[in-house]
Amino acid sequence: MQWDEAEAREIVRRHEGREGRLLPILHGIQSSFGCIPDPAIAFLAQAMNVTRAELHGVVSFYHDFRDRPAGRHVLKICRAEACQSMDGEGLARRLLDRLGLEWGGTTQDGRVTVEPIYCLGLCASAPAAMLDGEPMARLDDGSIGEIVREVSR
Amino acid sequence: MTMRFFVPRDAAARAVGADKVAAALEDEASRRGIEIQIVRTGSRGLFWLEPMVEVETPDGRIAFGPVKPGDASGLLTAGASHPLYLGRPEDIPFLKRQTRLTFARCGIVDPLSLADWRAYGGGRGLERARSLGPAATLEEVTKSGLRGRGGAGFPTGIKWKTVADTTADRKYVVCNADEGDSGTFADRMLLEGDPFALIEGMAIAGLAVGATRGFVYIRSEYPDAVRTFERAVLLAEADGLLGVAAGFDIEVRVGAGAYVCGEETALLESIEGKRGQVRAKPPLPAHKGLFGRPTVINNLVSLATVPWILAEGAEAYSAFGMGRSRGTMPIQLAGNVRHGGLFETAFGVTLGELVDGIGGGTRSGRPVRAVQVGGPLGAYFPRALFDTAFDYEAFAARDGLIGHGGVVVFDETVDMMRQARFALEFCAIESCGKCTPCRIGSTRGVETFDKIQRGERVAANLELIEDLCQTMKFGSLCALGGFTPYPVMSALRHFPEDFVRRATAVAAG
Repeated sequence: MQWDEAEAREIVRRHEGREGRLLPILHGIQSSFGCIPDPAIAFLAQAMNVTRAELHGVVSFYHDFRDRPAGRHVLKICRAEACQSMDGEGLARRLLDRLGLEWGGTTQDGRVTVEPIYCLGLCASAPAAMLDGEPMARLDDGSIGEIVREVSR
Repeated sequence: MTMRFFVPRDAAARAVGADKVAAALEDEASRRGIEIQIVRTGSRGLFWLEPMVEVETPDGRIAFGPVKPGDASGLLTAGASHPLYLGRPEDIPFLKRQTRLTFARCGIVDPLSLADWRAYGGGRGLERARSLGPAATLEEVTKSGLRGRGGAGFPTGIKWKTVADTTADRKYVVCNADEGDSGTFADRMLLEGDPFALIEGMAIAGLAVGATRGFVYIRSEYPDAVRTFERAVLLAEADGLLGVAAGFDIEVRVGAGAYVCGEETALLESIEGKRGQVRAKPPLPAHKGLFGRPTVINNLVSLATVPWILAEGAEAYSAFGMGRSRGTMPIQLAGNVRHGGLFETAFGVTLGELVDGIGGGTRSGRPVRAVQVGGPLGAYFPRALFDTAFDYEAFAARDGLIGHGGVVVFDETVDMMRQARFALEFCAIESCGKCTPCRIGSTRGVETFDKIQRGERVAANLELIEDLCQTMKFGSLCALGGFTPYPVMSALRHFPEDFVRRATAVAAG
C-alpha cells in the first residue's frame, strides 16, 4: 500500500493513551504499508514529538522493521543451533540456490523474500521455517520443492 | 453419540500438518455421517509423535501418532490394532516419567476454555493468595524455593519482596516471554497451551507486590502464541479474572526480532518504545523498572509456576529437586534427538539420562558428540560430562549453565569450530551495541576464527580468542556479551581436535 498520511494518523490514534506506544505503532505502520517508509519517520516524529534521529534509531535497531517492502511471500528460515544440528544450513543453501537468492534477497519477479531467523521455537522438529507467518518443520529436500511451488503462485 | 477428538493447535503440531489432519477428520466424519467434535488443545510436548491425535473413550483418552491427513478415515474406527496406536498418553514412557506441575494442563485442555481451566484446577492458586493476603503469599513463594526459570536462577520470592517493600504511585508486573534461545519452546507451549496459567500467575504477583498492571512481552517470531494469548486476555477480561473488579489488567506487547530484548532491562526499554539497549544496574528493575517504577520482571515459566505453588503449598513444591534447585524444570530436548520435546521433571536428573535415556540418542542414528545446554549462551558438553546433574549449581561448577532449560543435541558430524565461531557471530548480530566488549569483541572474535580457519598463526590466534573471551566475560554489561564465551571456551576445551585438525590440514594442504 502507498504511503497514506490519513491511514498513518488513524494508526497513531488507535494507540492513543497507551504507555510506550511506539513499537505497537511501528508494527501497525509496517502491517499497513509493508515497511516503515521514509515519510513515516517524518510523520511520526511530528505526531509523537520526538526527533527524527531518535525514531530512526528505534526503527533501525529492530530486525523486523524494513525500509522497503518485502516480496509477496516472506520465507524465514531458522539458522539457530537446533536447526544447525539437523543440517538446516545445508537445506537453506539448496533452497536459496533453487530460488537464485542470497540471504535477505528478493526474487526479481518480487514473488519471495528469504530471510534468516534465529529460532522459531520448533526446535524439537528441526529444521524449521516460517512462510508468511505459518510454521513449517521437519523440513527435508521434499519440502524445498513444495516451498518453491507455494511461493511461485 | 458424538465422538470427541483432540488435535493440538500448538505451532509445532501445525508445522507438521495438524490443521490438515483436523480438516481431514471433519471431512471424513461428515462424509460418513459420523458426528464428531474436535477440540484443539495445546501440545503434550512429544514432538516426534506430532500431530498426535487423541480420542475420548470410556477408559480415558487414547492417542495415535504421528497422524497424516490420509489416516483420518482409519482413526474414526481405530482401536488398539491400528499401526499408529499409542495407548493412553499418560502411559507413554516419555510422559509417564515426568512430573508435570507447571505443564499439568498443557496438551489436555482447550487453551481458550475457562471452564476447562477451572475443571483442571485453574484459579485455586489465586483464590488462596487472596485469602492469604500479600505478605503470606510472598512468604509462600519464598519458601517454595522457586528461582528464575529464564536462566539467571534468582530467587523469585526475594525479587518480589524487594518490589513489595517499595512505595510508589504505580508498580508493574512484566512477563518476559521473549524466548529467543535456540532449543527452547516452554514459554511458547504455555502461551499456546495454557495461557490462563500465566494470567493467574501474574495476578498473584500483582497481589503480592501491590501492582495493578501487567505487561507480557512476546517475541514476534511466535505469531501463534501472540494470537492465542491475546484472545485469552480478552476472555479473562470478560470473565472478570482480569480488569477493574479483579484489580489487575494485562497488556500484550510484541517484540520486533531483537534477541537482546530477552535481557530484562533491554526488554523494559523496548516496552517503553526505545531501542532495546541494556541498562546498567543498579538501579535494579525492582526499584526503578518500567517507566521508572518498581517492577517485577519474571520469566514466563516462573510466573506460570506460581499458581501451582499457591494451590498446593510451598512445601509440596520444594519437596521436589536437589540442593538449592527446588521444584521442577521444564527441560526441552531439541535438535538432533530421537525423542524431542518437553520433559518437566524435578531437578537432579543427569544430562546423560536426558539425552540417551529419555531423548533416545540422535534422530540421525549417529553417536552423540556434543550437547549445548542453556541456549546460544550455554556451554557445549561432551559425553565425558554426561554425569552432570540438571541443577543450577552443578552446571555452574562445570563452567556451564542450565539457562532456560534447552538441550540441543549434535551428532558426530558437528564441527565444533564452526559452532564456536557461530556463537560469536550471533553475538555480533544481536549485540545491542552499548558496551564495547560485546559490540567489538564479538566481531573481532569472528575475524580471528576466520584467520584460524585459513591456518594463520593458529596457536597465537587461539590464545587471542581465550584472551578475548576473558575480556567479554568480565567486561560486558549483560549476559549476551558476558556468556558468549561459554559456548566458545567449552568448544575449545572439550573438543580441541576440531581446532587443531583444521590447522594441521591447512599446513599439509
